[in-house]
Amino acid sequence: MNPFTYERASDPQAALALGARAGTKYLGGGTNLVDLMRETIERPNLLVDVTGLSCAIEETEEDGLRIGAGVKNTAVAADRRVRDRYPMLAQAILAGASAQIRNMATMGGNLLQRTRCTYFYDDAARCNKRNPGAGCDAVEGFNRYHAILGASSACVATHPSDMAVALAALDAVVAVEGQTGRREVPLTDFHRLPSETPQIETVLEPGELITAVTLPPEGFAGRSSYRKVRDRASYAFALVSVAAALEVEDGTVKKVRIALGGVAHKPWRATTAEAALKGGPATEPAFRAAAEAELASARGLSHNVFKIDLARRVVTDMLVKLSAQKGVI
Amino acid sequence: MHFVVNGGGVDLEFDPRTSLLDLLRERLQLFGAKKGCNQGACGACTVLVDGERINSCLALAVQYQDREITTIEGLGAPGTLHPLQAAFVEHDGFQCGYCTPGQICSAVAMAEELKRGVPSYVSDDVTAADFALTRDELRERMSGNLCRCGAYNGIVEAIEETFGITSTGSGKREAAE
Repeated sequence: MNPFTYERASDPQAALALGARAGTKYLGGGTNLVDLMRETIERPNLLVDVTGLSCAIEETEEDGLRIGAGVKNTAVAADRRVRDRYPMLAQAILAGASAQIRNMATMGGNLLQRTRCTYFYDDAARCNKRNPGAGCDAVEGFNRYHAILGASSACVATHPSDMAVALAALDAVVAVEGQTGRREVPLTDFHRLPSETPQIETVLEPGELITAVTLPPEGFAGRSSYRKVRDRASYAFALVSVAAALEVEDGTVKKVRIALGGVAHKPWRATTAEAALKGGPATEPAFRAAAEAELASARGLSHNVFKIDLARRVVTDMLVKLSAQKGVI
Repeated sequence: MHFVVNGGGVDLEFDPRTSLLDLLRERLQLFGAKKGCNQGACGACTVLVDGERINSCLALAVQYQDREITTIEGLGAPGTLHPLQAAFVEHDGFQCGYCTPGQICSAVAMAEELKRGVPSYVSDDVTAADFALTRDELRERMSGNLCRCGAYNGIVEAIEETFGITSTGSGKREAAE
C-alpha cells in the first residue's frame, strides 16, 4: 500500500474542499477501497473519511425515503421503513457480501465499488480499466462472470453491486454535491457503460461527493422480489440477479419494473422488456417474449453464453410468480 | 490515537496504512483474530466493534478510534470460557482452530442481530418482526466465516446449542431443494 494521509471530514464543505485536491479519495467503510489500495490498484495520497457525514434515513416531502450516503448496508436492510415499503431493496442488500462486510459498507461506497473482474486485480494481466489502452485479457480469458449486455471490445467487466440493482428498479436518485453545487442523478444514469473508456465508471466529476440516495414513494411492497443466482449458496457475486416488481389489474400489466445484475458494466434496467409488457397480458408467454426482447442484443463470451438463457428464465419465472401472488396491496 | 480494546483504553501512534487486524496483532499482541485471506473473504479476522461484527483485515485502524473493540480475548479466557467457546470444545467445532476466534466472534454478533430482528437473504418475509434460527438461517448468517477443515457440522451444533435453535422448519432454501 502506498503512503497516504488520513483526514476525517467534519462536514460536507470540509470534505469537498479536501476532495478538490488531486489524488484524494473519499473513504466509506473501505471494504473495497482498502483492498484495492493494498494491491496498489488505487493509490490515493489523501483519504477523506466521510462516514460520519450523512448517517440518517429520513422521510422526504414526497413520502419517499432519503438514505444518507454514510448509512451502513446492514442499517438500511434492517430499517423498518425500508423493509415495509421497499422490501426488494432490503432483499438485494442482504444478498450481497457477508454480514461482516454489510456492517462496514456504506450506501455511497456500495455504489462506487469497482468490478471484481480478476484481470482488473491481476497486475500481470492486460486491463483497460486499470491501465487504459493496455487491452483486455478477459475477452479471451475466463469470463464466466462477465458482461453479456452493453459491453465493448475494451471491457467486459460487470458491476458487482446487488443493492444498486434494486435501486435501479425503484427509480432511486443519487444526490451529489460538488464545489459548484448540488445535483441529482437518476441511479440508472449514474453508472456508465464501458465504451472505449472503461476507467470512467460513473458520471461523478472529480471531487464530487455522494451525499444520499433518495427513494420515490412507490416501493412495490408485496409485489416485488430480488433473486440472485450464483455459484455457491451464499457469499458470492451474482452470475445473474434480477429485481422485479409487477402490478396486474384484470389480467393486464399495469406497472412493471425489471433490473438485472451481473450482466453489464452497470445495473441494467430492462426498459425494452418493461415497454413490451406494459398494458399487455400478464401471461407466461408474454413475460418470456419480453425477456427475450430485452436480451436480443445480448452477446455471450466463451464462458458465459449460458447467462443469456439464464437471465431470460429468471426474469420469466419471477414475473410468473409475482403475477400469481394473491392479496397484493 | 485512543482505542478501547476489550474494555481497556490504549493510546498509540501508527502509520495510517495499518489495518485494525495488524494493530491488534502486531501492536497490542492480541493474536486471537487471525490473518487468513487478508481481503475479507474468509472471516478469520472477525472482531466486534460496538458489538457488531466486522472484518478487521479490511478496516483501517484510524477509522476505529474511540470505538469499543472486542476480540476473542475479550469474550472469554481459560477457566472462564464464553458459553459458545465451551460449546465449540464440546461439539468439536474445529480441527486446526485457525478460523475459530472469527467464527465465535461472528456467531456472538449474529445472535445479537437476531435479537434485534435483522432479516437475512433466506428469510421468507423480510418484513417479519423476528426470525427463527433455523439451520438455513444459521448457515446463511454465518456464510462470511469459512472453515478449511470443514468442521461446519460441529460449528453449527455449537451455535445451535448456545443460542437455541427455535425452529427446524424449512426456509426458502430448503423448500427449493
